[in-house]
Amino acid sequence: MSRSQKELPMASSDNAAECCPGAVAGEDSYLALEENWLSGQIETAAGPVWRVDTTLNRKDQIDAVKMRLGIGRMSFAVPPGLYAVGNPDDASSVIVSANYKLSFDSLRRELSGLNLWILVLDTGGINVWCAAGKGTFGTAEVVRMVEASNLSEVVSHRTLILPQLAAPGVAAHEVRSQAGFKVIYGPVRAADIPGFLKAGLKAGPEMRRTSFTLAERLVLAPVELVGVVRPLIGVAVILLLLNLIASYFGDGRFLLTSVLGNTVSASLPFVLAVVVGTVLVPALLPYIPGRPLAWKGWLLGVLLAFAYMTVIVPGITLLETAAYYLVLPAITAFLGMNFTGSTTYTSLSGVVKEMGVALPLIIISAGLGLIGLGTAYFV
Amino acid sequence: MKFKYLPNVATLELDQSKCNGCGMCLVVCPQEVFSFNEKVSSITDRDACLECGACARNCPQGAIRVRAGVGCAYAVLMDKFNLKGSCCNDSCGCSLEDIADR
Repeated sequence: MSRSQKELPMASSDNAAECCPGAVAGEDSYLALEENWLSGQIETAAGPVWRVDTTLNRKDQIDAVKMRLGIGRMSFAVPPGLYAVGNPDDASSVIVSANYKLSFDSLRRELSGLNLWILVLDTGGINVWCAAGKGTFGTAEVVRMVEASNLSEVVSHRTLILPQLAAPGVAAHEVRSQAGFKVIYGPVRAADIPGFLKAGLKAGPEMRRTSFTLAERLVLAPVELVGVVRPLIGVAVILLLLNLIASYFGDGRFLLTSVLGNTVSASLPFVLAVVVGTVLVPALLPYIPGRPLAWKGWLLGVLLAFAYMTVIVPGITLLETAAYYLVLPAITAFLGMNFTGSTTYTSLSGVVKEMGVALPLIIISAGLGLIGLGTAYFV
Repeated sequence: MKFKYLPNVATLELDQSKCNGCGMCLVVCPQEVFSFNEKVSSITDRDACLECGACARNCPQGAIRVRAGVGCAYAVLMDKFNLKGSCCNDSCGCSLEDIADR
Protein backbone atom coordinates (compact mmCIF):
# COMPACT_ATOMS: atom_id res chain seq x y z
CA MET A 1 0.00 0.00 0.00
CA SER A 2 2.95 2.30 0.34
CA ARG A 3 2.96 4.83 -2.41
CA SER A 4 6.42 5.06 -3.89
CA GLN A 5 8.13 8.01 -2.32
CA LYS A 6 11.02 9.83 -3.86
CA GLU A 7 13.42 11.41 -1.46
CA LEU A 8 13.59 15.12 -1.14
CA PRO A 9 16.71 15.84 -3.13
CA MET A 10 19.30 18.15 -1.64
CA ALA A 11 20.23 20.75 -4.23
CA SER A 12 23.76 19.36 -4.20
CA SER A 13 22.76 15.79 -4.82
CA ASP A 14 22.82 14.26 -8.25
CA ASN A 15 19.28 12.94 -8.22
CA ALA A 16 17.70 16.37 -8.43
CA ALA A 17 15.83 15.34 -11.55
CA GLU A 18 13.93 12.75 -9.57
CA CYS A 19 11.60 14.65 -7.37
CA CYS A 20 8.26 14.49 -5.73
CA PRO A 21 5.19 13.54 -7.79
CA GLY A 22 3.84 16.30 -9.93
CA ALA A 23 6.90 18.45 -9.55
CA VAL A 24 8.77 20.05 -12.39
CA ALA A 25 11.90 18.00 -12.91
CA GLY A 26 15.20 19.80 -12.85
CA GLU A 27 13.87 23.00 -11.35
CA ASP A 28 15.26 24.02 -8.02
CA SER A 29 12.05 25.66 -6.93
CA TYR A 30 9.85 22.67 -7.79
CA LEU A 31 9.13 21.84 -4.18
CA ALA A 32 8.05 25.35 -3.27
CA LEU A 33 5.56 25.16 -6.11
CA GLU A 34 4.07 21.96 -4.72
CA GLU A 35 4.44 22.34 -1.00
CA ASN A 36 3.06 25.53 0.44
CA TRP A 37 4.32 24.72 3.94
CA LEU A 38 7.92 25.50 2.97
CA SER A 39 9.49 28.92 3.38
CA GLY A 40 12.86 29.26 1.69
CA GLN A 41 16.11 27.42 2.10
CA ILE A 42 19.09 27.65 4.40
CA GLU A 43 22.70 26.83 3.54
CA THR A 44 24.46 23.93 5.23
CA ALA A 45 27.76 22.12 4.86
CA ALA A 46 25.83 19.50 2.86
CA GLY A 47 24.02 21.97 0.60
CA PRO A 48 20.76 23.92 0.88
CA VAL A 49 17.98 22.58 3.13
CA TRP A 50 14.32 23.58 2.94
CA ARG A 51 12.84 25.45 5.87
CA VAL A 52 9.32 24.57 7.04
CA ASP A 53 6.64 26.92 8.36
CA THR A 54 5.63 26.44 11.99
CA THR A 55 2.11 27.70 11.39
CA LEU A 56 -0.53 25.71 9.57
CA ASN A 57 -2.17 27.51 6.68
CA ARG A 58 -5.67 27.07 5.34
CA LYS A 59 -4.70 24.29 2.93
CA ASP A 60 -3.02 22.33 5.74
CA GLN A 61 -6.22 22.61 7.76
CA ILE A 62 -8.48 21.57 4.89
CA ASP A 63 -6.17 18.64 4.18
CA ALA A 64 -6.38 17.63 7.84
CA VAL A 65 -10.18 17.58 7.72
CA LYS A 66 -10.10 15.49 4.55
CA MET A 67 -7.69 13.03 6.14
CA ARG A 68 -9.90 12.74 9.22
CA LEU A 69 -12.84 11.99 6.95
CA GLY A 70 -10.85 9.37 5.10
CA ILE A 71 -10.91 11.23 1.77
CA GLY A 72 -7.83 10.81 -0.41
CA ARG A 73 -5.95 9.50 2.58
CA MET A 74 -2.88 8.17 0.78
CA SER A 75 -2.03 11.33 -1.09
CA PHE A 76 -0.94 13.14 2.06
CA ALA A 77 2.70 12.29 2.47
CA VAL A 78 5.67 14.57 3.07
CA PRO A 79 8.74 14.02 0.86
CA PRO A 80 11.39 12.34 3.07
CA GLY A 81 14.55 14.31 3.80
CA LEU A 82 16.13 16.87 6.09
CA TYR A 83 14.23 20.08 6.88
CA ALA A 84 15.07 23.15 8.94
CA VAL A 85 12.95 24.90 11.54
CA GLY A 86 13.96 28.52 12.24
CA ASN A 87 17.70 29.06 11.80
CA PRO A 88 19.42 25.92 13.06
CA ASP A 89 23.20 25.47 13.11
CA ASP A 90 25.50 22.49 13.50
CA ALA A 91 24.78 22.27 17.23
CA SER A 92 20.99 22.26 16.87
CA SER A 93 18.90 19.23 17.81
CA VAL A 94 17.65 16.75 15.20
CA ILE A 95 14.09 15.47 15.54
CA VAL A 96 13.12 12.41 13.51
CA SER A 97 9.58 12.24 12.11
CA ALA A 98 7.30 9.99 10.06
CA ASN A 99 6.18 11.37 6.69
CA TYR A 100 2.45 11.16 7.40
CA LYS A 101 1.31 14.73 6.78
CA LEU A 102 -0.87 14.90 9.91
CA SER A 103 1.99 13.71 12.15
CA PHE A 104 4.40 16.12 10.46
CA ASP A 105 1.97 19.04 10.81
CA SER A 106 1.27 18.34 14.46
CA LEU A 107 5.04 18.30 15.02
CA ARG A 108 6.00 21.48 13.17
CA ARG A 109 3.22 23.62 14.60
CA GLU A 110 4.66 23.00 18.09
CA LEU A 111 8.10 24.23 17.08
CA SER A 112 7.61 27.96 16.51
CA GLY A 113 10.46 30.05 17.88
CA LEU A 114 12.80 27.03 17.97
CA ASN A 115 15.86 26.37 15.83
CA LEU A 116 16.33 22.71 14.96
CA TRP A 117 16.39 20.07 12.25
CA ILE A 118 13.66 17.62 11.29
CA LEU A 119 14.68 14.40 9.58
CA VAL A 120 11.62 13.03 7.80
CA LEU A 121 11.75 9.28 7.14
CA ASP A 122 9.92 7.42 4.41
CA THR A 123 7.24 5.62 6.40
CA GLY A 124 4.96 5.29 3.39
CA GLY A 125 2.79 8.20 4.54
CA ILE A 126 1.90 6.35 7.74
CA ASN A 127 1.96 7.69 11.30
CA VAL A 128 4.71 6.96 13.81
CA TRP A 129 2.98 4.36 15.94
CA CYS A 130 1.61 2.27 13.07
CA ALA A 131 4.77 2.62 10.98
CA ALA A 132 6.85 1.51 13.96
CA GLY A 133 4.60 -1.50 14.42
CA LYS A 134 4.92 -2.31 10.76
CA GLY A 135 8.69 -1.77 10.84
CA THR A 136 8.78 1.01 8.21
CA PHE A 137 9.68 3.45 11.00
CA GLY A 138 12.49 1.10 11.87
CA THR A 139 16.20 0.87 12.57
CA ALA A 140 17.05 0.38 8.89
CA GLU A 141 15.07 3.42 7.72
CA VAL A 142 16.61 5.67 10.38
CA VAL A 143 20.11 4.52 9.39
CA ARG A 144 19.31 4.93 5.68
CA MET A 145 17.99 8.48 6.03
CA VAL A 146 20.86 9.57 8.30
CA GLU A 147 23.17 8.59 5.46
CA ALA A 148 20.99 9.83 2.58
CA SER A 149 20.68 13.29 4.13
CA ASN A 150 24.41 13.60 4.92
CA LEU A 151 23.34 14.47 8.44
CA SER A 152 26.83 13.93 9.87
CA GLU A 153 28.03 16.84 7.70
CA VAL A 154 25.17 19.12 8.72
CA VAL A 155 25.48 18.69 12.48
CA SER A 156 28.56 18.29 14.65
CA HIS A 157 26.84 16.34 17.43
CA ARG A 158 25.73 12.70 17.14
CA THR A 159 22.28 12.62 18.76
CA LEU A 160 18.85 11.93 17.26
CA ILE A 161 15.57 12.65 19.02
CA LEU A 162 12.94 10.08 18.11
CA PRO A 163 9.30 10.05 19.13
CA GLN A 164 8.86 7.52 21.92
CA LEU A 165 6.14 5.77 19.95
CA ALA A 166 8.74 4.81 17.33
CA ALA A 167 10.36 2.45 19.85
CA PRO A 168 8.47 -0.69 18.71
CA GLY A 169 10.31 -0.40 15.39
CA VAL A 170 13.65 1.16 16.27
CA ALA A 171 16.40 -0.41 18.36
CA ALA A 172 18.31 2.53 19.82
CA HIS A 173 21.48 0.51 20.43
CA GLU A 174 21.51 -0.72 16.82
CA VAL A 175 21.13 2.80 15.38
CA ARG A 176 24.15 3.76 17.46
CA SER A 177 26.27 0.87 16.23
CA GLN A 178 25.16 1.18 12.57
CA ALA A 179 24.89 4.97 12.05
CA GLY A 180 26.99 6.34 14.90
CA PHE A 181 24.09 8.37 16.26
CA LYS A 182 22.76 8.06 19.79
CA VAL A 183 18.97 7.79 19.96
CA ILE A 184 17.10 9.67 22.65
CA TYR A 185 13.39 8.94 22.86
CA GLY A 186 11.41 12.14 23.20
CA PRO A 187 7.90 12.59 24.49
CA VAL A 188 4.83 10.74 23.18
CA ARG A 189 3.06 13.98 22.22
CA ALA A 190 4.54 16.66 19.94
CA ALA A 191 3.14 19.36 22.21
CA ASP A 192 5.63 18.30 24.90
CA ILE A 193 8.70 18.77 22.65
CA PRO A 194 9.47 22.40 23.63
CA GLY A 195 9.36 21.40 27.32
CA PHE A 196 11.46 18.33 26.60
CA LEU A 197 14.13 20.43 24.84
CA LYS A 198 14.09 23.05 27.58
CA ALA A 199 14.57 20.37 30.23
CA GLY A 200 17.76 19.21 28.48
CA LEU A 201 16.23 16.29 26.57
CA LYS A 202 14.51 14.90 29.65
CA ALA A 203 10.95 13.59 29.51
CA GLY A 204 9.00 13.27 32.74
CA PRO A 205 6.69 10.30 33.31
CA GLU A 206 3.67 12.31 32.19
CA MET A 207 5.38 12.85 28.81
CA ARG A 208 5.96 9.10 28.42
CA ARG A 209 2.43 7.86 28.95
CA THR A 210 -0.02 7.51 26.10
CA SER A 211 -3.36 9.11 26.70
CA PHE A 212 -6.73 8.34 25.21
CA THR A 213 -8.85 11.36 25.96
CA LEU A 214 -12.40 12.01 24.79
CA ALA A 215 -11.09 14.22 21.96
CA GLU A 216 -8.54 11.57 20.95
CA ARG A 217 -11.27 8.92 20.88
CA LEU A 218 -13.79 11.00 18.95
CA VAL A 219 -11.42 12.29 16.29
CA LEU A 220 -11.35 8.72 14.96
CA ALA A 221 -15.13 8.44 14.65
CA PRO A 222 -15.57 10.09 11.22
CA VAL A 223 -13.22 7.64 9.50
CA GLU A 224 -14.97 4.73 11.22
CA LEU A 225 -18.34 6.10 10.13
CA VAL A 226 -17.22 6.58 6.54
CA GLY A 227 -15.95 3.00 6.62
CA VAL A 228 -19.40 1.57 7.36
CA VAL A 229 -21.33 3.65 4.83
CA ARG A 230 -21.02 0.98 2.15
CA PRO A 231 -22.40 -1.94 4.22
CA LEU A 232 -25.13 0.41 5.41
CA ILE A 233 -26.17 1.14 1.82
CA GLY A 234 -26.22 -2.62 1.24
CA VAL A 235 -28.60 -3.04 4.18
CA ALA A 236 -30.86 -0.28 2.82
CA VAL A 237 -30.99 -1.95 -0.60
CA ILE A 238 -31.95 -5.31 0.94
CA LEU A 239 -34.64 -3.60 3.00
CA LEU A 240 -35.94 -1.87 -0.13
CA LEU A 241 -36.21 -5.24 -1.91
CA LEU A 242 -37.95 -6.77 1.10
CA ASN A 243 -40.43 -3.92 1.18
CA LEU A 244 -41.09 -4.24 -2.53
CA ILE A 245 -41.72 -7.96 -2.21
CA ALA A 246 -43.83 -7.50 0.91
CA SER A 247 -45.84 -4.79 -0.79
CA TYR A 248 -46.41 -7.05 -3.82
CA PHE A 249 -47.59 -9.98 -1.75
CA GLY A 250 -49.41 -7.76 0.74
CA ASP A 251 -52.02 -5.83 -1.16
CA GLY A 252 -50.70 -6.27 -4.65
CA ARG A 253 -50.42 -2.51 -5.16
CA PHE A 254 -47.09 -0.77 -5.64
CA LEU A 255 -47.24 2.47 -3.75
CA LEU A 256 -43.78 3.85 -4.30
CA THR A 257 -44.05 6.43 -1.53
CA SER A 258 -45.08 3.89 1.07
CA VAL A 259 -42.40 1.43 -0.06
CA LEU A 260 -39.74 4.13 0.23
CA GLY A 261 -41.13 5.35 3.52
CA ASN A 262 -41.10 1.82 4.92
CA THR A 263 -37.53 1.36 3.72
CA VAL A 264 -36.35 4.52 5.45
CA SER A 265 -38.03 3.65 8.74
CA ALA A 266 -36.76 0.05 8.53
CA SER A 267 -33.20 1.37 7.93
CA LEU A 268 -33.33 3.73 10.91
CA PRO A 269 -32.42 1.18 13.63
CA PHE A 270 -29.40 0.10 11.59
CA VAL A 271 -28.24 3.69 11.16
CA LEU A 272 -28.66 4.22 14.90
CA ALA A 273 -26.71 1.04 15.65
CA VAL A 274 -23.84 2.28 13.48
CA VAL A 275 -23.79 5.66 15.22
CA VAL A 276 -23.87 3.98 18.64
CA GLY A 277 -21.07 1.59 17.66
CA THR A 278 -18.75 4.13 16.07
CA VAL A 279 -19.43 7.30 18.07
CA LEU A 280 -21.11 6.47 21.38
CA VAL A 281 -18.94 3.46 22.28
CA PRO A 282 -15.69 5.45 21.85
CA ALA A 283 -17.15 8.48 23.61
CA LEU A 284 -18.36 6.51 26.65
CA LEU A 285 -15.50 3.97 26.60
CA PRO A 286 -14.24 4.51 30.17
CA TYR A 287 -17.76 4.63 31.63
CA ILE A 288 -19.21 1.44 30.13
CA PRO A 289 -18.66 -1.40 32.62
CA GLY A 290 -16.56 -4.42 31.59
CA ARG A 291 -13.25 -4.80 29.75
CA PRO A 292 -13.86 -6.48 26.36
CA LEU A 293 -14.80 -3.90 23.74
CA ALA A 294 -17.31 -6.23 22.06
CA TRP A 295 -19.04 -6.48 25.44
CA LYS A 296 -19.11 -2.69 25.82
CA GLY A 297 -20.62 -2.40 22.34
CA TRP A 298 -23.15 -5.14 23.09
CA LEU A 299 -24.34 -3.42 26.27
CA LEU A 300 -25.00 -0.15 24.45
CA GLY A 301 -26.70 -2.13 21.66
CA VAL A 302 -29.14 -3.65 24.13
CA LEU A 303 -29.89 -0.18 25.48
CA LEU A 304 -30.39 1.07 21.92
CA ALA A 305 -32.76 -1.79 21.09
CA PHE A 306 -34.72 -1.06 24.26
CA ALA A 307 -34.86 2.69 23.52
CA TYR A 308 -35.81 2.11 19.89
CA MET A 309 -38.72 -0.14 20.72
CA THR A 310 -40.08 1.85 23.64
CA VAL A 311 -39.72 5.33 22.14
CA ILE A 312 -39.70 5.12 18.34
CA VAL A 313 -41.78 2.04 17.41
CA PRO A 314 -43.78 0.95 20.46
CA GLY A 315 -46.18 -1.94 19.98
CA ILE A 316 -44.32 -3.99 17.37
CA THR A 317 -44.71 -7.75 17.24
CA LEU A 318 -42.93 -10.14 19.56
CA LEU A 319 -41.00 -11.60 16.61
CA GLU A 320 -39.68 -8.19 15.54
CA THR A 321 -38.84 -7.29 19.12
CA ALA A 322 -36.81 -10.44 19.56
CA ALA A 323 -35.16 -9.93 16.17
CA TYR A 324 -34.05 -6.37 17.00
CA TYR A 325 -32.67 -7.52 20.37
CA LEU A 326 -30.57 -10.04 18.45
CA VAL A 327 -29.46 -7.86 15.52
CA LEU A 328 -28.76 -4.41 16.95
CA PRO A 329 -26.49 -5.48 19.85
CA ALA A 330 -24.65 -7.80 17.42
CA ILE A 331 -23.86 -4.81 15.19
CA THR A 332 -22.73 -2.57 18.04
CA ALA A 333 -20.70 -5.42 19.56
CA PHE A 334 -18.92 -5.92 16.25
CA LEU A 335 -18.22 -2.20 15.87
CA GLY A 336 -17.03 -2.02 19.48
CA MET A 337 -14.70 -4.95 18.85
CA ASN A 338 -13.44 -3.19 15.72
CA PHE A 339 -12.54 -0.15 17.80
CA THR A 340 -9.69 -2.20 19.33
CA GLY A 341 -7.70 -1.15 16.25
CA SER A 342 -8.02 2.50 17.23
CA THR A 343 -7.28 2.24 20.93
CA THR A 344 -3.96 2.90 22.61
CA TYR A 345 -4.17 0.07 25.11
CA THR A 346 -5.40 -3.20 23.56
CA SER A 347 -2.96 -6.08 23.10
CA LEU A 348 -2.97 -8.66 20.33
CA SER A 349 -3.37 -11.50 22.84
CA GLY A 350 -6.34 -9.75 24.41
CA VAL A 351 -7.99 -9.08 21.06
CA VAL A 352 -7.54 -12.70 19.97
CA LYS A 353 -9.07 -13.92 23.25
CA GLU A 354 -11.98 -11.48 23.05
CA MET A 355 -12.72 -12.36 19.44
CA GLY A 356 -12.68 -16.08 20.13
CA VAL A 357 -15.67 -15.63 22.42
CA ALA A 358 -17.42 -12.66 20.81
CA LEU A 359 -17.27 -13.41 17.10
CA PRO A 360 -19.27 -16.69 17.10
CA LEU A 361 -21.89 -15.11 19.36
CA ILE A 362 -22.11 -12.04 17.12
CA ILE A 363 -22.55 -14.18 14.00
CA ILE A 364 -25.20 -16.41 15.58
CA SER A 365 -27.06 -13.47 17.10
CA ALA A 366 -27.03 -11.43 13.90
CA GLY A 367 -27.99 -14.45 11.79
CA LEU A 368 -30.98 -15.41 13.95
CA GLY A 369 -32.07 -11.79 14.19
CA LEU A 370 -31.94 -11.24 10.44
CA ILE A 371 -33.93 -14.42 9.83
CA GLY A 372 -36.48 -13.12 12.35
CA LEU A 373 -36.69 -9.69 10.69
CA GLY A 374 -37.04 -11.24 7.24
CA THR A 375 -39.76 -13.56 8.48
CA ALA A 376 -41.60 -10.68 10.10
CA TYR A 377 -42.25 -9.21 6.65
CA PHE A 378 -44.27 -12.21 5.59
CA VAL A 379 -46.26 -13.22 8.67
CA MET B 1 -6.89 7.86 33.22
CA LYS B 2 -5.19 4.53 32.55
CA PHE B 3 -7.34 2.19 30.47
CA LYS B 4 -7.25 -1.49 31.38
CA TYR B 5 -7.79 -4.32 28.95
CA LEU B 6 -8.19 -8.05 29.56
CA PRO B 7 -6.18 -9.39 32.51
CA ASN B 8 -3.71 -12.32 32.36
CA VAL B 9 -3.25 -12.40 28.61
CA ALA B 10 -0.04 -10.45 27.88
CA THR B 11 2.85 -12.59 26.64
CA LEU B 12 5.53 -10.33 28.18
CA GLU B 13 8.49 -12.05 29.86
CA LEU B 14 11.58 -10.58 31.49
CA ASP B 15 14.72 -12.52 32.35
CA GLN B 16 16.07 -10.51 35.26
CA SER B 17 19.34 -12.45 35.28
CA LYS B 18 20.20 -10.83 31.91
CA CYS B 19 19.17 -7.30 32.92
CA ASN B 20 22.01 -4.77 33.21
CA GLY B 21 19.80 -2.04 34.64
CA CYS B 22 20.09 0.34 31.68
CA GLY B 23 16.47 1.35 32.13
CA MET B 24 15.62 1.48 28.44
CA CYS B 25 12.45 -0.59 28.94
CA LEU B 26 11.16 1.96 31.45
CA VAL B 27 11.82 4.75 28.94
CA VAL B 28 10.13 3.21 25.91
CA CYS B 29 7.09 1.61 27.56
CA PRO B 30 4.01 3.79 26.97
CA GLN B 31 2.05 1.93 29.65
CA GLU B 32 4.41 2.01 32.67
CA VAL B 33 4.59 -1.76 32.83
CA PHE B 34 8.12 -1.82 34.28
CA SER B 35 9.73 -0.37 37.38
CA PHE B 36 13.17 -0.55 38.96
CA ASN B 37 13.75 -2.82 41.90
CA GLU B 38 17.31 -2.95 43.28
CA LYS B 39 18.74 -1.55 40.02
CA VAL B 40 17.12 -4.33 38.02
CA SER B 41 14.00 -3.90 35.93
CA SER B 42 10.91 -5.80 36.94
CA ILE B 43 7.43 -6.20 35.50
CA THR B 44 5.03 -4.54 37.91
CA ASP B 45 1.92 -4.08 35.76
CA ARG B 46 1.83 -6.88 33.19
CA ASP B 47 -1.90 -6.46 32.54
CA ALA B 48 -1.27 -2.96 31.19
CA CYS B 49 1.05 -4.37 28.50
CA LEU B 50 -0.25 -3.80 24.97
CA GLU B 51 2.43 -6.00 23.40
CA CYS B 52 3.85 -3.25 21.20
CA GLY B 53 7.31 -4.78 21.49
CA ALA B 54 9.19 -1.52 22.18
CA CYS B 55 10.90 -2.90 25.31
CA ALA B 56 12.06 -6.12 23.68
CA ARG B 57 13.41 -4.32 20.63
CA ASN B 58 15.29 -1.76 22.69
CA CYS B 59 16.72 -4.14 25.29
CA PRO B 60 20.43 -4.38 24.45
CA GLN B 61 20.68 -7.52 26.60
CA GLY B 62 17.86 -9.42 24.90
CA ALA B 63 16.31 -9.96 28.32
CA ILE B 64 12.72 -9.29 27.26
CA ARG B 65 10.43 -11.50 25.20
CA VAL B 66 6.97 -10.62 23.98
CA ARG B 67 4.79 -11.74 21.10
CA ALA B 68 4.54 -8.29 19.57
CA GLY B 69 1.60 -7.43 17.36
CA VAL B 70 -1.22 -5.05 16.68
CA GLY B 71 -4.24 -5.33 18.96
CA CYS B 72 -6.68 -4.73 16.12
CA ALA B 73 -9.71 -6.99 15.67
CA TYR B 74 -10.10 -6.12 12.01
CA ALA B 75 -6.53 -7.10 11.23
CA VAL B 76 -6.88 -10.35 13.20
CA LEU B 77 -10.08 -11.09 11.31
CA MET B 78 -8.50 -10.49 7.90
CA ASP B 79 -5.59 -12.64 8.93
CA LYS B 80 -7.84 -15.46 10.08
CA PHE B 81 -9.58 -15.63 6.73
CA ASN B 82 -6.31 -15.21 4.86
CA LEU B 83 -7.34 -11.95 3.25
CA LYS B 84 -4.34 -9.95 2.19
CA GLY B 85 -4.19 -6.23 1.75
CA SER B 86 -4.43 -3.19 3.91
CA CYS B 87 -6.79 -2.94 6.80
CA CYS B 88 -8.50 -0.21 8.82
CA ASN B 89 -9.47 1.76 5.67
CA ASP B 90 -6.06 3.39 6.06
CA SER B 91 -6.90 5.07 9.34
CA CYS B 92 -4.41 2.92 11.16
CA GLY B 93 -2.15 2.07 8.26
CA CYS B 94 -1.02 -1.25 9.61
CA SER B 95 -0.96 -4.17 7.25
CA LEU B 96 -1.57 -7.78 7.89
CA GLU B 97 1.88 -9.22 7.74
CA ASP B 98 2.63 -7.45 11.04
CA ILE B 99 0.29 -9.74 12.86
CA ALA B 100 2.39 -12.81 12.39
CA ASP B 101 5.85 -11.36 12.75
CA ARG B 102 7.39 -7.98 12.90
